[in-house]
Amino acid sequence: MNKVMFGRFIPGHSWVHRMDPRAKLVLSFLYIAVVFFANDFWTYLIMTLLLLASVVASAIPLGVYIRGLMPLFWLMIFTVLIQVFFGVGGHVYWQWGWLVVSQDGLNSAGLILMRFVLIILVSTILTFTTEPLEIADGIESLLSPLKKLHFPVATLALMLSLALRFVPTLMDEAEKIMNAQRSRGVDFGEGGLRQRVRTIVPILIPLFVNAFNRAIEISTAMEARGYQDGENRTKYRQLKWHRVDTASLVIYVISLSAVIGLRYFS
Amino acid sequence: MATDITFEQVNYWYQAGTPFAVHALKDINLKIKPGSFTAVIGQTGSGKSTLIQHFNALLKPTSGTVTIGDRVITNATKNKHLKPLRKKVGMVFQFPENQLFEETVIKDIAFGPQNFGVSEADAQALAKRMAGEVGLDESLLSRSPFDLSGGQMRRVAIAGVLALEPEVLVLDEPTAGLDPRGRSEIMQLVTRLREEQGLTIVLITHQMDDVANYADHVIVMGHGKLLKQGSPRAIFSDPAWLEDHELGLPSATKLAYELQQGGFHFDQMPLKIAELADQIVPQLPKGAITHE
Repeated sequence: MNKVMFGRFIPGHSWVHRMDPRAKLVLSFLYIAVVFFANDFWTYLIMTLLLLASVVASAIPLGVYIRGLMPLFWLMIFTVLIQVFFGVGGHVYWQWGWLVVSQDGLNSAGLILMRFVLIILVSTILTFTTEPLEIADGIESLLSPLKKLHFPVATLALMLSLALRFVPTLMDEAEKIMNAQRSRGVDFGEGGLRQRVRTIVPILIPLFVNAFNRAIEISTAMEARGYQDGENRTKYRQLKWHRVDTASLVIYVISLSAVIGLRYFS
Repeated sequence: MATDITFEQVNYWYQAGTPFAVHALKDINLKIKPGSFTAVIGQTGSGKSTLIQHFNALLKPTSGTVTIGDRVITNATKNKHLKPLRKKVGMVFQFPENQLFEETVIKDIAFGPQNFGVSEADAQALAKRMAGEVGLDESLLSRSPFDLSGGQMRRVAIAGVLALEPEVLVLDEPTAGLDPRGRSEIMQLVTRLREEQGLTIVLITHQMDDVANYADHVIVMGHGKLLKQGSPRAIFSDPAWLEDHELGLPSATKLAYELQQGGFHFDQMPLKIAELADQIVPQLPKGAITHE
């Protein structure tokens, strides 16, 4: 559980760390949207260079990002193999029954792999450099136009930040409970499917019961401190748009427009 | 067979090989003798809980060796076949009431033994005995553990570990959050088990009075290192050192040091209230004690 790097926050003071979470969210979404426009060598070169520049700007070694990709390694291999063997069209290099290795198959496999890696890396930059609560603030701020449609943005943001805050706590607790049950002779991850499912019960029930108790305690503590749903609240953490954000936005918009331009006008 | 626990140059890193790596145990050498009562003290975050998780191989040393009875645990030890160790070394974690899950108290206590192959009927009989041992009323056995009070739930959890019939019982702050009566009952239970069943006890605690009253060996941890080990008397003989490491003295010893500054003399620093009283009474001026 501790080895998983994906989705974690690594503290720092780099260019990307100093950016506004809203800017990072918007840039990530833009980037992911434009990835699907890229279709040839030059467009992918621009996308890759932009990504590498962002990785460098985040001041986190590339190796750490690569490790973030590892949990998804098999999924990547799987999709690539499917594309390679079932993609049809163009020059056929090799054929055996209904398994075909063709030019178009190889092309689309390469495309999919590139997209996969780029999308995962760009979202990893976001999670590595942004604290979960900042992400929640950013999402709240970006969703705030929906207030006009009576969408409960503040409630959603509260739930989101509470949930994010308790992810590590619940993980710790799950691990503690697992250790306690292991000490009582439970073997996790051994035996057949039925046996494995049975070993989940002694973790799941205490985890749920503790989560219920915690929810009661938190809501009591919140009420005691004067929290009332739906009231207009002021904010302690203010999001500020800096020059770094404008500069990054400009760089992204120029590079991403170049990608779209190359696709449609060359 | 007696189970002793030996650490030889044990190092432990959390998340070794990642940017989050933390050196939690540094070059630990120690020995827990069968039948002893060892107290582990140290500030929060000093590595006490990491240390005890090595006692039944929940954690394996990053380097060095841990010997538990006749099993040697190193970094290369596989996770299989560790079960017999878990039966020998029973662990009561902090706030153990958070691990209860069965429909009834008796089922929860019997859960451990059944994992080790004890038949359901035998496990239930064992559970009944252990519930009595920790002072749970028989009427509670068929209730849901979630209906009980905090103190009762903790007893159920402890009974669940005792039902494994371990040789070594490791307790991580078993009295945290209990009222004074619950605390002394749990401590009495622990000492009684040691006397009656010859259990080896390892206790993590912040209560120096418990250390003074019950332990015969003390391990002081600080910043992942083993700072000192020895008898409670040796550990508590240097108040300045303890102060430096943000640890306290037992209340009797503390009072004795204060009295010493006021002119009292102690041949040997008392650890328990009774020792303190024995040494003070002869020094009081004649006629100071009046019986009404």
